[in-house]
Amino acid sequence: MQKQLVTLAASAVLSLSAVSAQAAILDDVKAKGYLQCGVTGGVPGFSAPDSNNVWAGLEVDFCRAMAAAIFNDADAVRFTSLTSQERFTALSAGEVDVLSRTTTWTMSRDTQLGISFVGTMFYDGQGFMVRVEDGIESALDLSGAAICIESGTTTELNAADYFAANGMDFNTVVFVDQDEVVKAYEDGRCDVYTTDSSALAAERSKFANPDDHEILPEIISKEPLGPVVRAGDTQWFNLARWTYFALLEAEELGVSSANVDEMLGSDNPAIKRLLGVEGDFGTPLGVTKDWAYQIVKTVGNYAEIYNKHVGPDTPIGLERGLNALWRDGGIQYSAPIR
Amino acid sequence: MTTQEMGHHSAPRMSFLNDPVIRGIIYQVVVAAILVGFIAWIIGNTAANLAAQNKSTGFDFLWRTAGFDISFSLLPWSRGSYYWEAFLVGLINTLLVAVIGIVFATILGFTIGIARLSTNFIISSLATVYIEVIRNIPLLLQLFFWYFAVLKAMPAVRNSIELPFESYINQRGIFVPKPLPDEQFGFVWVGLLLALVAIYFLRRWAKTRLEATGQRFPVFLTSLVLLVGVTALVWFVSGASVAFDPPVLERFNFRGGLALPPEFVALAFGLTIYTAAFIAETVRAGVLAVSHGQTEAAQSLGLKEGDRLRLVIVPQAMRVIVPPLTSQYLNLTKNSSLGAAIGYPELVNVFAGTSLNQTGRAIECIAITMMVYLSFSLLTSAIMNWYNARVRLVER
Repeated sequence: MQKQLVTLAASAVLSLSAVSAQAAILDDVKAKGYLQCGVTGGVPGFSAPDSNNVWAGLEVDFCRAMAAAIFNDADAVRFTSLTSQERFTALSAGEVDVLSRTTTWTMSRDTQLGISFVGTMFYDGQGFMVRVEDGIESALDLSGAAICIESGTTTELNAADYFAANGMDFNTVVFVDQDEVVKAYEDGRCDVYTTDSSALAAERSKFANPDDHEILPEIISKEPLGPVVRAGDTQWFNLARWTYFALLEAEELGVSSANVDEMLGSDNPAIKRLLGVEGDFGTPLGVTKDWAYQIVKTVGNYAEIYNKHVGPDTPIGLERGLNALWRDGGIQYSAPIR
Repeated sequence: MTTQEMGHHSAPRMSFLNDPVIRGIIYQVVVAAILVGFIAWIIGNTAANLAAQNKSTGFDFLWRTAGFDISFSLLPWSRGSYYWEAFLVGLINTLLVAVIGIVFATILGFTIGIARLSTNFIISSLATVYIEVIRNIPLLLQLFFWYFAVLKAMPAVRNSIELPFESYINQRGIFVPKPLPDEQFGFVWVGLLLALVAIYFLRRWAKTRLEATGQRFPVFLTSLVLLVGVTALVWFVSGASVAFDPPVLERFNFRGGLALPPEFVALAFGLTIYTAAFIAETVRAGVLAVSHGQTEAAQSLGLKEGDRLRLVIVPQAMRVIVPPLTSQYLNLTKNSSLGAAIGYPELVNVFAGTSLNQTGRAIECIAITMMVYLSFSLLTSAIMNWYNARVRLVER
C-alpha cells in the first residue's frame, strides 16, 4: 500500500509541479548542494547498502561520478530507493535528478515516458535461476513451471514472449517488491526466478547455500541497463552522458584513481584533454575544467568500478564479457573527448 | 417566510447588496466559480506539464496488447489480451476475494462477537484474546505472516499431501478435481431454482398462518426436505451426470482440475481473520445495546430461548450493528489492494501496477483504479443503507 501511495503522491506532485521540467536541472542541483539519485532497494553489486550502511555498487558509483563532476565531491549524493513500479514517475516528478536503477533501455520508454536514456552502463540479458535438485538443464525444459517475477519490468514481458515463442505453458507469480520475489522463490513457491542474469548472480550470492541454485545457460533477451534523466534538458543529459563516457575514456587511456595525479603530467594529448590540462571541456557542460579529473580521482575509471562491485573477484563474480572495452572484445565504446 | 417579508418591506430603502437572499446567492455562485476554476486549473496544468515532458497521454492504451501473463484469472487470458481485459481480470479478482472475505468475516465475526458475551469464562477470554491480538497488528504484516508461514509449512510439489477425492495440497496451492457437468445437468439447476421459489412461498404462507392463528409450522425442516428432495428427484429423473477432471502431477506441478493459488488463500484468510475481529466488536456492541428489560419482557411473554433471540434481541441489535458493519465491509474491499504485496493479481497489482508501468500512463491508471474503489464503496454503502432502512425500528 505504501508503495502505491508513493506512486500516487508522485503523480500528484507531477500534476501540480509548475513547469519546472523546463528549468535547468543542473542549476537546481547546484543550488541544493547535492544530487538526488534513484536506485534499487538493494541489488548487490549494482546498488545496495554495504556493511557500513553506505550505498555502494556500479550504478551508485555512476551517481557519485556525476556528483564528483558537479561538486568535486563524490559524497554529495543522496539516494532514494525506488521499486521498479515507482521509478519513472519519481523521475518525471523530479523526486530524483537521475535514475540509476537497473533500468532497461527500450524504445517505448525512451519515446513515451518523457525520459531519456543516457547510455548503457551494463550490457545484460535475462536469465533463469533454478534449484539444482530439480535437474533442469535448459530453459526449454521449463514448460509448466511456476516463475517468480518482479512487477513492472521488461522481464515480465520477455518471459511471456519466450514461453509463447517456444509453445510452452507457465505460471507467473508477480510481486511488487524484489525482496518478496526472492523470498517466494527461496520458500519454494516457484520453480524458477527470472530477471537480468547479473541480478540473478547478485541474488544468488545472498542465499544461504548459493550452490543449491544454478543459472541456466539461455539468455533470452537484450537488457541494456543505463542511467536515465528527464527529457528536454540537453545540458543535464549531456552531463550525464559525458560522465559515462569519461569513465570509459579514462579506462581506455589507462588513467585510474591510483595514477591520475601522475597522468596530469602526461604528454598524451588525449589524456591532457580528458584531465583538463589542455582545452576546456567542462565549462560547456556547466561544470569545471577538471571535471573528469575529479571523477577519476574520487570514483575511478570504468574498470575500477566494475571490478570493485561485480567483477570476477567479488561474490557476484561476473566476467567483463560484453562490458569489456571495444578493443578488448566487448562493446563498451566512448565517443572521443575532443 | 420572514426573510421574504423583511425583503419586501425594506426593498425601497435598502441596496440589493444588503438583501440576505441575494447575498446568499452571490456567495454561492462565487464559491462554485472558484471551485470550478480550481479544478479546471489542475486539469489544464496537468495536461500542460505532461505535454511539456513529451509524455504520451490518453486512454488509447486500453486497446493495446498487454503482452504479460496473469497467473490467476477467471476470464480467459493470454499474453495477446488487451489492457482493458487486464483491467477486467484485476477487477474480478478483487471482487472475488472481497466477496469471499465479506461472507467468511461476517460468519466468523458474529460467532466471535457472541462468544465474547458468553458466560463461559474460557470461551469469552479466548474471544477477547483473539480480538485484541488481531486488531492491534497491522494487516500488511499479518498478510506477510500468513503467506510466508503457509508457504513454509506446505510440502513441495512432489511430496504433496493427498486429500480424499484426488485432491492435493502443496506449496503451489490447493488442487481439486474440476466438475464437468453434462448437458442434462441444466435440469438440475432448474429443479434447484424451483425448490427455492417453493421455499419462499412456503415461508410467506407459514408466517401469515402464524400471525392469523398462532400455529407454528416446521419451516426449516420442510425447506430442507424440499431443497434436497426436489433437486435429487430432478437429478435422478433427468439422468444428469457429472464427470470429474482430476489434477494430474506433471514434471513441475499438477495440471487440470481446479487450482487455488496460495496468494489467494493467504489474502482471503488474512482479510477474513482481520475484519472478523472488528465485526465481532460491532456485534458485541449491538447486542449489549439492547436493554436487559427486553429479554425479561420476552421471557414474561413465554417466548422460548431461540425465539427470544430471533424475534426480540437480534432485530433490535441489528439497528446498531448495520452501520458500522457497512464500514467494515468497505474496509475489507479496500484492504484487498494489499494483495499486491503478496503477489495476488488483484486490481492494484495488475492494473495500477504492471499495466501502469508497461504503458507509463500513471495518471490514467491511478484515476481508473480510484474510480473503481469509489464505485465499489458507494455501491456497498447503498446496499447496506437499503438493508439498514429495512431493519430500522419501525415506529407505529
